[in-house]
Amino acid sequence: MSEAPIRARSWSTWLPLALFLGFIALVAVGLLRPADRNVASTLIDRPLPAFALPGPIPGTPGLKSADFGHGQPRLLNVFASWCLPCKAEAPQLKQLAAAGVSIEGISVRDRPDDLQAFLAQNGNPYRSIGADDAGSVQLALGSSGVPETYVIDGRGRIRYQHIGDIRPEHVAMLLDKLKAAQ
Amino acid sequence: MRARNPHAAAYPLSLVKRERKAAEGCACRLAVVRLGQCLLIALLALITGPLAAQEMASTAPYAYRQLDDAGQEAKAQALMESLRCLQCQGQSIADSDAPIAGSMRSLVRERIARGEQPEAIRGWLIERYGDYVSYAPRVTGLTWPLFALPLVLVALAAFLLRNRFGRGGAA
Repeated sequence: MSEAPIRARSWSTWLPLALFLGFIALVAVGLLRPADRNVASTLIDRPLPAFALPGPIPGTPGLKSADFGHGQPRLLNVFASWCLPCKAEAPQLKQLAAAGVSIEGISVRDRPDDLQAFLAQNGNPYRSIGADDAGSVQLALGSSGVPETYVIDGRGRIRYQHIGDIRPEHVAMLLDKLKAAQ
Repeated sequence: MRARNPHAAAYPLSLVKRERKAAEGCACRLAVVRLGQCLLIALLALITGPLAAQEMASTAPYAYRQLDDAGQEAKAQALMESLRCLQCQGQSIADSDAPIAGSMRSLVRERIARGEQPEAIRGWLIERYGDYVSYAPRVTGLTWPLFALPLVLVALAAFLLRNRFGRGGAA
């Protein structure tokens, strides 16, 4: 046997092992850093879609897109009484409202009785609430679940979307986003 | 069970008393009436059970209701099968029972009923959620290699085969 065939075989001998190690590395990366499966809205920096929702309880004013964009940034909170994380974020919404933030609510696929009980139990931080029974405004906003919170700037454009419940550590960040959206 | 029994027994007991007054000694008729009552309750439960469940499922009007026009419903169904549920992401909105999938079905059916084209509705959703919401891939700057690669491979195979058979014929 000459030298050449042995040298030619040497790298190909290690190739399967190298491929296997590469595969292990790929799996490890996927396990340690799972991909973010939240579907974010693509409407950031675009105007709030036009909508007009009735109030959830007869006699309440409801919410429409024209209520936004009068020079003052606002939070738009998409929530529902049947959603547990919405209950978890209630203290943080109360804190934001106490800090002088205008919070508007959209209750998604909800029932008046359930909603009233929810607000009685968890407090009502909302200036006004629109009832989105069909969930069509939620879809128009590009929202993929509840709760979600949008920062709407003084000109009525969506500036930021927070997916999931607002935890205590998110309050300062949202206040910063609101300040930036003046 | 103890807590439930008095309520469950209350109606039949009063029935027993009334029946005794009305038809003394006729145990046979009493049994038939009670059987009838039971059947009626069972039937009512059978009818109202699913209705109540359906009502609980969604407040979106067309989440669990088909369109009256069969042709439109077929169009809506075809589109719903190729749209991804945003919550249970492995399922289409036609398969999913997630609340938001109900809203998406309702949106699709309402827009189809208004005469919108399925691809326009898909476009409306992609505009808001990105390509991920659709199961039907589009050719874009990012995805064109997926469409081009099979063509390249077929061309390469044809080239190699021609070379091989060409050489074989020559030899």
